[in-house]
Amino acid sequence: MFLETTPNTYNYMVAGYVISFLTMGIYVASLYIRARNLRQDEQILEELQKSDPKS
Amino acid sequence: MQSKPIALTVLDIVSVIVLGISTYLALVFAPTEAVMGDVQRVFYFHIGTAWTGLLGFIIASIAGIAYLVSKDMKWDRFGVAAVEVSTVFFFLTIVLGSIWARPAWNTWWTWDPRLTTAAITELIYVAYFMLRQGLDDPEKRARFGAVYTLLGGPSAILTFLVIRLFRSIHPVLTNAAEKAQETMGMTGNMKVAFFFALFAFTVIFIDLIWHRVRLGSLQEKVEQLKLNASS
Repeated sequence: MFLETTPNTYNYMVAGYVISFLTMGIYVASLYIRARNLRQDEQILEELQKSDPKS
Repeated sequence: MQSKPIALTVLDIVSVIVLGISTYLALVFAPTEAVMGDVQRVFYFHIGTAWTGLLGFIIASIAGIAYLVSKDMKWDRFGVAAVEVSTVFFFLTIVLGSIWARPAWNTWWTWDPRLTTAAITELIYVAYFMLRQGLDDPEKRARFGAVYTLLGGPSAILTFLVIRLFRSIHPVLTNAAEKAQETMGMTGNMKVAFFFALFAFTVIFIDLIWHRVRLGSLQEKVEQLKLNASS
């Protein structure tokens, strides 16, 4: 017997797009956080080098 | 880290805009598919992420060759960036495919040749990061990464080709037999959403790789500063 009406798969579509945006958002946030932490490390290390020019 | 180039800021803005347009085209502009219903709309992002994911793995292999030939660390940074962004996108491809499969095939997962090779490819590149982290020497790490991506590249190519070589329940988007017919039975508006999604994810992919390469440069600089501080 063939389907005569289009099945309701709306929830699956919503789940797909929510996961897509969530995953991309988390990845972009991870790039931002890692860059921010590295910049802080860079600043501290450069200050250390300035205060101790021998190293 | 060097100050952010204007071109990258422009690319960030363009990426957000094209992602918005692509979402609009997929959710509103494209008509509802008669047999599968709304879930078919995940297909646009599924294909967009799959295209960029597999492309990135192949680009990483090429970057691996370039590193082995030149020993220039910029190729290692580029390869890592390509693998990382592709792993995220390919993860999305698998998840979206699974969401589509539940109403279409009545199962979240099946060990079909395409799904199996896709899962193996993703795991190969997840392992890439785990193994890289175990190596402290930057040159050894870069050499290992280059050889690994070179060996991993064929798995990406196989994932693309497998539904054309073996019997699979996964739909084939284009092959010689279908070229003469309509592309997967898509209507005009569906094709617009489909090709725009391919374009949008390519732009986003380039944008993210650029950011990841810059992050790699900063990582390298901090590593060098740490070495100087400890010596």
